[in-house]
Order: sequence, then C-alpha cells, then structure tokens
Amino acid sequence: MCRDCGCSLGPAATRAPLAAGPATPSAPGRTETIEVITAILGENDRVAAHNREHFDGQGVLALNLMSSPGAGKTSLLEATIRALDGRLKVAVVEGDLATENDADRIRACGVPAVQITTGNACHLDAQMVHDAVHLLPLAGLDVLFIENVGNLVCPASFDLGQHRNVTLLSVPEGDDKPAKYPVMFRAADLALITKTDLLAYITEFKLERAHAALRQIGFGGETIELTNRGGEGFAAWLVWLEREVAAQRERTARGATARPAIQPEGAHAHGAGRPPR
Amino acid sequence: MHELSVCQALIGQVEKVARENDARRVVAIVIAVGPLSGVEAGLLEHAYPIAAAGTVAEHATLTVETVPVRVRCRSCGAETGALPNRLVCGDCSDWKVDVVAGEEMLLKRVEIETGPAAVH
Repeated sequence: MCRDCGCSLGPAATRAPLAAGPATPSAPGRTETIEVITAILGENDRVAAHNREHFDGQGVLALNLMSSPGAGKTSLLEATIRALDGRLKVAVVEGDLATENDADRIRACGVPAVQITTGNACHLDAQMVHDAVHLLPLAGLDVLFIENVGNLVCPASFDLGQHRNVTLLSVPEGDDKPAKYPVMFRAADLALITKTDLLAYITEFKLERAHAALRQIGFGGETIELTNRGGEGFAAWLVWLEREVAAQRERTARGATARPAIQPEGAHAHGAGRPPR
Repeated sequence: MHELSVCQALIGQVEKVARENDARRVVAIVIAVGPLSGVEAGLLEHAYPIAAAGTVAEHATLTVETVPVRVRCRSCGAETGALPNRLVCGDCSDWKVDVVAGEEMLLKRVEIETGPAAVH
C-alpha cells in the first residue's frame, strides 16, 4: 500500500499474477473479434504516470540516466553530488542486476540512495521505481536521479515517470553508438559524451561523427561533452541540471508536468502525434 | 531481452479484454510493432508461449504486424520511408523530420470465444 497516496500498488511481488484460465477444449462457443488499440505497456504507463504525480506533488525533478554498462553513470553522479556541494538536494535510485555497490558509492557521498537489484531483468520498470521511491524521503528533494540498468536496448521501452532522459555515450564506446542503438539515443533529452579526457588516446573517436550519428537518428535534444574532472563541459551539465530544476519548480507551481520528448509507445496509444521538437 | 516482460504485459491486457467480454478463451491476438518501439517481433513470438502458459490465452495464436518507419519532412513536407538509424527525409535528405509511424507497440485486436453458459 502506497502510504502517500493510498494507492493499492504493493511491492513488485504482489503484481497481478497471470490468471490460470481454463483452456480445456470443450464444445466450441461463439467467437467474436474485439478491436482494442491499446498500449501493450499500458499498465506500466499507468504506474509511471502515478510516479510522476508523486514527483510533481513534491516538486522533485526526476531524471532517468541510461547508458551501456561502464559509460560512467555512477561516477558522473558522484562528481555531480560533490560539485553541487549541497546546493541541490539529491537522492538516487540505483538499478543493477546485483550488488549494492552503486548505492554504497552514492551513500558515501552523503546522499540517500536505494538500490534496486533486478535479478536478471535487463531494465527498470515503473513498479520497481515506485517501490524504491517509497523508501526515500521525497519531501524537500530537488532532484531524483534514477540510474537505470546499464543497457542500451531495453530501458528505452519503459516509462518510469521521469521528466527527462539523460543518455551517456562514453568515448571508449565509439562514435557510432547512436547509429547502432538508435531507439535508446533517440529517447534522450540530453546526450552526454563522457570521458572526453580519453579523446587524446582514442583518436579514432571523432566528436563530429558522434554528433552526425545523433542527428541521423532524429535526436533533437542538447549534447554536452564532458569529463568528471571538471572543466567547461561539466559546468554546462550543472547549468543544465539547475535549469531543469528551476523549470520543474515553475511547472509544479502551476500544476503542470513534463515528459521526455520521445516517449515509449504508451504516449501514442490514443492517436496523439508526437510534438515537434 | 525485455520481450518476455512485454509479453507478460500483453497477456495482462488480453486477460482484461477477455474478462470484460466474458471470454471462455482467447483464440487469436493481433499486435502492431514498429522498429522504433525497441522490441523485436521475432523475440516477442518466442517469448509469447512462455507468458501465455496457464492463462486464458494459452492456446491463442499471436500475429505480429510490423509497422515500417515513416517520416514527414519539416522542410519539403514529403512523407517517406526511413531506416531506424537514419531518420532523414527520403526526398531531400533533411534530418529535420517527424516520425509518423514505426513507434507502435499496440494491442490491436483480440478474438475470443464466448461459450454457452458456464457450468459450475
């Protein structure tokens, strides 16, 4: 039971079981065809919308961080928390298949963190985030970072209730990653090209090719090149973050919300076209 | 490989439709999937029997309609086909386009069998 809102969403284990419907063949009945047109992930979308209401209710900006494993999501968070030095109140939901390692790293920075271990599941879904968020003190927070499972495929399909998607592309991965994983990079509101200090060694990575690959997949967001060691790019990331926090406060004040520019299918289920970006 | 999660969600939707229409069993399911949805039709078909086992849809056939990517150009207005990693206008090659099809992950149709009054 969700304490804040009184909803009946319990922990993940209490999800509606697959009904064991009788499939015993018997005298054939009447068949009829029902036209449905509904989002397959409609239930996830419903829980995601509920999460978003929680975030908006507390004026918290929720960011979904996605990338391949090792692109530097947790390191970026550590560096960000240190650089913010308490200017913004932050909490983190960590998604991994196993271990508390990432949540431990975040807690060591003095910030509350909840670790979701998915077992073998390759992505976070809205219900997992819902359960995790109820273990965090949302009141007074400015930003909730949801660090998704490191994976450039599956997380793109599941709305978690976040306001923005931030996708990382690290230099060692190669400049053609957006062309190889178009669905993931297209979903980003902000693309961060990380570990740019390695550009000096990995000379085959060309920034202009990475930008061109992003354009070709219809990515219409911002791109920031940065290293966690500070510098111009890292400062630009902090500016983006503070601007989004301010925008979320302003939206919350007038009862509005925001969704990532590209949404998983649920947003289109009712024939609504995607707004131009 | 999140197709099993997607199939479990699909079965949830189908069970709802079956319940609302007093179905005795589900005969056929038709879904539409675009390449920009992030799921693979073939993997969905493989995962489907696992998700459907023991449900009202256990013996239902699954038809996956694939929806090709189409984009509308903001410069020249043409509507053309495109590749998922090359969302550019097929006429003028401009990359400022809006995707008009190819993001679908929809349950379209459920064929059910409604029997004579259930025997208790």
